[in-house]
Amino acid sequence: MNIFQPIGRAFLRFLETSGRLALFAILSVSHCVRPPIYPRLILRQMIEIGYYSLPVVGLTTLFSGMVLALQSYTGFARFSAESAVPNVVVLSMTRELGPVLAGLMVAGRIGAAMAAEIGTMRVTEQIDALTTLSTNPHKYLVAPRLIAGLTMLPLLVLVGDIIGVFGGYLISVYKLGFNPAIYIKNTWQYMEFIDVYSGLVKAAVFGFIVALMGCYNGYHSRGGAQGVGAATTNAVVSASILILISNYLITEMFFAK
Amino acid sequence: MSAGTDRTPKIRATNLHKRFGRKIVLDGLDLEVGVGESVVVIGGSGTGKSVLLKCILGLMEPEEGDIAIDGQPVIGLPSAERERINRKFGMLFQGGALFDSLKVWENVAFGLIQGGRKNRAEARDIAYAKLADVGLSADVGELWPAELSGGMQKRVSLARAIATTPEIIFFDEPTTGLDPIMADVINDLIVKCTRELGATALSITHDMASARKIADRIAMLYNGKIIWQGPTSEIDSSGNDFVDQFIHGRAEGPIQMQVRAP
Repeated sequence: MNIFQPIGRAFLRFLETSGRLALFAILSVSHCVRPPIYPRLILRQMIEIGYYSLPVVGLTTLFSGMVLALQSYTGFARFSAESAVPNVVVLSMTRELGPVLAGLMVAGRIGAAMAAEIGTMRVTEQIDALTTLSTNPHKYLVAPRLIAGLTMLPLLVLVGDIIGVFGGYLISVYKLGFNPAIYIKNTWQYMEFIDVYSGLVKAAVFGFIVALMGCYNGYHSRGGAQGVGAATTNAVVSASILILISNYLITEMFFAK
Repeated sequence: MSAGTDRTPKIRATNLHKRFGRKIVLDGLDLEVGVGESVVVIGGSGTGKSVLLKCILGLMEPEEGDIAIDGQPVIGLPSAERERINRKFGMLFQGGALFDSLKVWENVAFGLIQGGRKNRAEARDIAYAKLADVGLSADVGELWPAELSGGMQKRVSLARAIATTPEIIFFDEPTTGLDPIMADVINDLIVKCTRELGATALSITHDMASARKIADRIAMLYNGKIIWQGPTSEIDSSGNDFVDQFIHGRAEGPIQMQVRAP
């Protein structure tokens, strides 16, 4: 058999999936801005994504900030640059670690849950039932999740940034012997608006990606429990990969010289 | 239930073709259902009964053929127009398909609330009245679907199907998975509810007891086509070997099940 056949087949399948995903995204986004809007469903998803993800994101960013302070201190001590620790912590948290870690955590928690819920609805004919009850599944199921993902992840990241910087502060002050006032002064002095702003833009994009991949994979799941399981795995893996790719592209957009 | 006298059929499917890969499921199927008539499509598992229903409901598109509701072609309609047509429909799914994130009464009231026809309080009152119609007490309304037995889920699904007083009700294997007594209860409820609403009914089943009870007319689907149809009273004297084999549940006959040899 020609060795190019499987490669070509895989490439065609990739193109087909990309096209289907793009159409799904366009259709769903169009339903986000067209009435009727479901405020109760949007609020429920906002609570699910924003409020219930706080402990996970908070713990992740807290320990990341602590590790960052510890690592950068031991590294910078080699060339007597320990005073740069507050700057490194705040820049790393706001620009990169806050949004990426929150995005990946939410992908694992929320993306998987969305895929499992919508996938189960698909295989138990609940989505067909929505259609027969004159309710568009994109509008009822997908649009509220996209809106909630897009708006809640920046808020989560903002809280995560603060907790992460606080983690760095705790280690720096209570373990490494930094002066608290100078640590806070340095943190504020070297932080710029674009550091936080770019992180929040990333968070909004990541939130959209997580919700989109969760909904897309759940919506197209087939074949009972096994299909729902596969949809859940695909949702988390694809969202995580897309988060890392888009992270590079957004960083390039904001900071490339 | 009596057949309608209106000339335009409520549902008309003409020359429907549907295939999945190489497997041809519908192969030029023609079917008409008159106003107020109750038609049951019988046929073995995997013969395309559910596909036929899904094509009419707009959940699948046939590759070829036409479907008209009240004389209006519905294939390829824009989604808003399709939603308007779907408001004429009620559907009882084989597994119930109740929304497990909503309470029982919210399930029943769903079509009323989402269709914007009623506010929540009004819809709730109607939902409880419909639950009573299918023989369920008010306290069931506050339960979650997962807390119900299979028979109760079927009843709730029936209540949801009739809550919006649809013109056409579809029943997908309404008695599958139920014991004979509960199956008969559901059959009685189907007859009662469709009669009270004056609705047109299209059911698919392979349960002959159910078909005999709820149908004015029975049609048999085999190899993607309707191979026989006639009044329920004539099913035992159809003169069709396929129908005879099916209604008597015989392994021997012209219908050969695809069973792999051991």
